[in-house]
Amino acid sequence: MSRARGILERVWPPLVVLALGVVAWELYSRLSGIGNAVLPPPSRVAESGWADHASLWDNTLPTLREVLIGFALSLVFAFVVSVAIDASGIARRSLMPVLVGSQTIPLIVLAPLVVIWFGFGLTPKILLVALVTFFPIVVGLVEGYASSDRDAITLLRTMGASWSKTFRLVRLPAALPGFFTGLRIAITYAVVAAIFAEYAGAEFGLGVYMQGAKASFRTDLVLAAVVVSALLTLVLFAATYVVQALVIPWYAESKRVPQ
Amino acid sequence: MIEVRNLQKSYGELDVLAGVSLRVEQGEFVSILGPSGCGKSTLFSILTGIEPADGGEILIDGVPPTEPRPFAWMPQSDALFPWRTVEQNIALGFEVAGGLGRREASERARALLPTFGLEGFADTRPYHLSGGMRQRAALARTVAQGRNTLLLDEPFGALDALTRTDLQLWLGEIWARERWTVVLITHDVREAVLLSDRVYVLGPRPGTVVGEFEVSLPRPRGIATLGSPAAAELEVELLQALGVGQSAAH
Repeated sequence: MSRARGILERVWPPLVVLALGVVAWELYSRLSGIGNAVLPPPSRVAESGWADHASLWDNTLPTLREVLIGFALSLVFAFVVSVAIDASGIARRSLMPVLVGSQTIPLIVLAPLVVIWFGFGLTPKILLVALVTFFPIVVGLVEGYASSDRDAITLLRTMGASWSKTFRLVRLPAALPGFFTGLRIAITYAVVAAIFAEYAGAEFGLGVYMQGAKASFRTDLVLAAVVVSALLTLVLFAATYVVQALVIPWYAESKRVPQ
Repeated sequence: MIEVRNLQKSYGELDVLAGVSLRVEQGEFVSILGPSGCGKSTLFSILTGIEPADGGEILIDGVPPTEPRPFAWMPQSDALFPWRTVEQNIALGFEVAGGLGRREASERARALLPTFGLEGFADTRPYHLSGGMRQRAALARTVAQGRNTLLLDEPFGALDALTRTDLQLWLGEIWARERWTVVLITHDVREAVLLSDRVYVLGPRPGTVVGEFEVSLPRPRGIATLGSPAAAELEVELLQALGVGQSAAH
């Protein structure tokens, strides 16, 4: 009951801000005579988007699939790399600079290259999503391991626990809150990365849809697709909280207890 | 019997232990009393094998300790895992140090709960416990390791004064029943008097033993013991050995 109210209290302020923005935009588009091809009012975006919802939906699903597969791939790799970094100083010193460097490559340059290398299929999209989501997840995990309680680690050593046992019993659980933070940062990049990859060359997807709409001066449909991609990101973002509550219920609980 | 002979340790230029010698008999409760930074915790790190000594030796019944060492360490912070329930935290000792399977470890942890006043809290997570209960759970986890000797590093240091006294009395009672071999690090003179058979006083860094005191107060000891002239006298002697109140600067 109070929890539902808490969620409600967190939801309404952004909704009010959003509503004010939409109203201002609506008034400006209608009163300034700017024209629908340049800036259609939100009412028209909604109307056109709804009229074309079947096509929008058909293009949302491929994007969602790219995001989810790319994300899964990223998770597996990020976990393996984070364990290597945690286990060995050499791995940390050699991998971290490379990882940081990989984040400086502009997506807009990389997207067409990946298409040249891997074609128009699913692979380049998955790779691009994995590439941009990989880094925050690795950092979240690595910093999370490092946040483990020193006494807890020493305690396990005095008990004669091996490195892998200590990792499993202390370092990994201690890293999970940081991991979920990294996950949330990553997920906000994921949809954008998939759309970028589609822009560079694809048959389906929100990126393709936007490109087509833009080519036929349907600014209203471009914006409708933008709204859909924003909603997609929001849903995925919210999903991380649901997973977190299932995996580490102790984390939120321990924060609620007054110390 | 545990014998520590002339133990030395420095970190670079900083001498932490400068020849500490002490002994602990089987079933004895020995306290190591000293000011902050006198190397008490370092002594435990060396005993448990976490850190090597620079000199001196440790003998268990006359021979160097074999792995796993017969010491169960309880850290100053309770180091309870928030993702584990009380029962699972205690089971950790059976699981990791004792090598028991998960189920058996849980069963034996559950069986320990009444002894430590934690009955009904098996499935509670540590952040819902009071400070005193957390320390009792941490002590249960230490006992669950099944090692011969408990090394307790200021177990009640972070508690408020009333809870601390409560737990000191409780530990005295439970020790009288279980007769573990205990080495207790503390800077609380009253705690040392109330609980110990013998007290070693360490001087300021670099740590050396500046005094050894038998505590011949009759057992069982309770809250009345604290008011006895013998206890008061010993407290004064210990404070003097620690050099408290002798500096003109204060």
